Amino acid sequence: MSHAATHDQHDDHHGAPKNFFQRWCMSTNHKDIGTLYLIFALTMFFIGGSFAMVIRAELFKPGLQLVQPYFFNEMTTLHALVMIFGAIMPAFVGLGNWMIPLMVGAPDMALPRMNNLSFWILPFAFTLLLSTLFMPGGSAAGGWTMLPPLSLQSSSLAYTVFAIHLMGISSIMGAINIIATILNMRAPGMDLLKMPVFVWSWLITAFLLIAVMPVLAGAVTMLLTDKYFGTNFFNPGGGGDPVLYQHIFWFFGHPEVYIMILPAFGIISEVIPTFSRKPIFGYKAMVFAIASIAFLSFIVWAHHMFTVGLPLGADIFFMYATMLIAVPTGVKVFNWVSTMWGGSMTFETPMLFAISFVILFTIGGFSGLMLAMVPADFQYHDTYFVVAHFHYVLVTGALFAIISATYYWLPKWTGRMYSEFWGKVHFWNSVIWVNVLFFPQHFLGLAGMPRRVPDYNVAFANFNMISSIGGFLFGASQLIFLGVLIHCVFFSKKRAADRVWEGAKGLEWTVPSPAPHHTFDVPPVIHEGDLAHGHVND
Amino acid sequence: MGQQHDAYFVPAKSYWPFVAAVVMFTTVFGAAHWLNAEPGDTGFGKTVLTIGFVGVLAMFFGWFRSVIRESLAGSYNSQVDTSFRMGMMWFIFSEVMFFGAFFGALFYIRMFSVPWLGGEGRGVLTHEFLWSHYAASWGADGGNGPQHVGGAFHTVAAWGLPLLNTLILLSSSVTVTIAHHALRAGHRGKILVFLGLTVLLGALFLNFQAHEYIEAYRELNLTLHSGVYGATFFLLTGFHGLHVTLGTIMLAVIWFRVLKGHFNKDHHFGFEAVAWYWHFVDVVWLALFMFVYIL
Repeated sequence: MSHAATHDQHDDHHGAPKNFFQRWCMSTNHKDIGTLYLIFALTMFFIGGSFAMVIRAELFKPGLQLVQPYFFNEMTTLHALVMIFGAIMPAFVGLGNWMIPLMVGAPDMALPRMNNLSFWILPFAFTLLLSTLFMPGGSAAGGWTMLPPLSLQSSSLAYTVFAIHLMGISSIMGAINIIATILNMRAPGMDLLKMPVFVWSWLITAFLLIAVMPVLAGAVTMLLTDKYFGTNFFNPGGGGDPVLYQHIFWFFGHPEVYIMILPAFGIISEVIPTFSRKPIFGYKAMVFAIASIAFLSFIVWAHHMFTVGLPLGADIFFMYATMLIAVPTGVKVFNWVSTMWGGSMTFETPMLFAISFVILFTIGGFSGLMLAMVPADFQYHDTYFVVAHFHYVLVTGALFAIISATYYWLPKWTGRMYSEFWGKVHFWNSVIWVNVLFFPQHFLGLAGMPRRVPDYNVAFANFNMISSIGGFLFGASQLIFLGVLIHCVFFSKKRAADRVWEGAKGLEWTVPSPAPHHTFDVPPVIHEGDLAHGHVND
Repeated sequence: MGQQHDAYFVPAKSYWPFVAAVVMFTTVFGAAHWLNAEPGDTGFGKTVLTIGFVGVLAMFFGWFRSVIRESLAGSYNSQVDTSFRMGMMWFIFSEVMFFGAFFGALFYIRMFSVPWLGGEGRGVLTHEFLWSHYAASWGADGGNGPQHVGGAFHTVAAWGLPLLNTLILLSSSVTVTIAHHALRAGHRGKILVFLGLTVLLGALFLNFQAHEYIEAYRELNLTLHSGVYGATFFLLTGFHGLHVTLGTIMLAVIWFRVLKGHFNKDHHFGFEAVAWYWHFVDVVWLALFMFVYIL
């Protein structure tokens, strides 16, 4: 090995730089960049959440109540784009940034400067996206899927498309970084099949990101040229087909769905063993299940399009392929339950969120199975049933996992304990109101209420009012979360131990709390007890 | 993998990533403003776009300059080298998927949407109700759809310039490989000759491509507006041409770096990354030649 060159270049070897711009804008530190990602995601979570509040307020009663229909459509469109690309995905990237190097014994991400670029693109991209709200003609309002020809009527399409290009570039670079970190930066002895499941889940997610974000870029580029350069990709008069856009979009869109849930699976697979004080049940099965879900995600996209008039054979193929996903997902759910089985469990806030994840995500999975059936989907398509389904997998799934991870690792990040009492208050409020919010939407959908409408038949009034009340209170509950975070970061007096949780395994618990600005200047020697899975080979 | 690392390397702080985010934002903001501008009001967007674009070029120059300096100072160990290699490979994979979206569109249109518009299959009634006169075909007769968007046009003959361009790109792949072998053998003169040849072949390709576009617009009436045929033709060949342009610039930069003696036979990731990129561009062209020009 050729290194006259292993000296390291830190000008800031023993701590973070004092200069604000140097620390946060020029960072090559995975912890600082991870923190930036997490703060950005939290900000976007509240912005996207405020859009959702507008939607639920308008739907509180039938009839046009508060806002104009176009503004309502802007809200549904931007709520989705902000939550998906601004809140959920950056939150996972932030968690990955913070934890993956700690979990595999790396000093930092493999390409730290590119890591910084990945983050800093995002605030600019969302400035561009949200600025369209204030432009003449308004923002995109055709739904986050931006289906032509409707989306081509948006007068600010170019801004939206370029914002999506920027987000895509950011995600691809972030994913490349994560793959290079996991494959190239592991400490000696941290074999692939000894890595924590969270690291595995991110490795596979990163592959999905690199594979499908460019496809989204291609799809929106075609929208751009159709609107501004006179091409005819989606115009049947010129030989094109609007359904083509749906195929390309959902070839991105379905793996994207798993991009938003696989890291959540990873998080839950860390939290449940810790608080059950048992190793995860079926480690390899968990890893292979994630890999199979990722593979299947590429061959199920048309289940979003059952009603566009696909050939029958295609409908049937995509129906069965979709149902197949229930198998590896079922493996995961059963393994989480088996991990808890016979464990000496305690119910701290992260564990509460993890357990509610397992139950509520499973409900979302079952409604997904219902939607997968072609004849049934003809009834459910584009109704509130779909809205209920994907909010069960994204809110009680992805979001609850992110919140669980935040409570789980917050003491490691800050060196202080959060308030367990207020954490539990946050949990019980969230878990109750989220069900009040989304469960009635199943009934609304089955009764035929279409999604993305500012007004509705009076027959749907009661459930909508219940759902709105749940929505307001769920939104308010997240302010408790904000309070717990602020208290923990700035005011908490209770110091966290290095191994914060009694049953926690993994390298991240071997470093001090708070994790010092630089960890692992040299590759750590891994001891048997540090590993969450597997044994140390000599 | 497989080697032991005595110590890890983490690069020093740098303002280039932040600068990059700013100039990328400036560029796309300018471009979007320009596209959305009222007719006659194009000044502001174009100006911002130009500033952003110049900024992007300056950013690339500055960022790469600092990385090259660190590399020449011997800061990068073999682990960093592996990270760079993985980064480049996965970047190329993302580019493959980007082209995949456009090839997918081409296949879908040729296999499904155009035949369906022509009445094939029983599921789609567009033919029956809207354009029953339309006989589906690809190319000059039906490629611009039932409304003949953009008017009658002719396609570019595969066995003229495109064939020549195929031969040019294939030879350039050979010359860049010879240069690579020369680099490993340590013959700088031979590298410069063959790498220089590669740059020239790339430029020649772009020159012919420009001729082809001009001819398509002037003689064949094949334009971006020529229905979905024109859309797929120009988007696919255009994005490929953009990548050839980028590749040629990168090869030229590498040529100057060889001239300045930046590489040795064990340490030449920059050269290899660009060579990989060039081969990737070459492979995409072969697919283009097959599916856009010949078939």
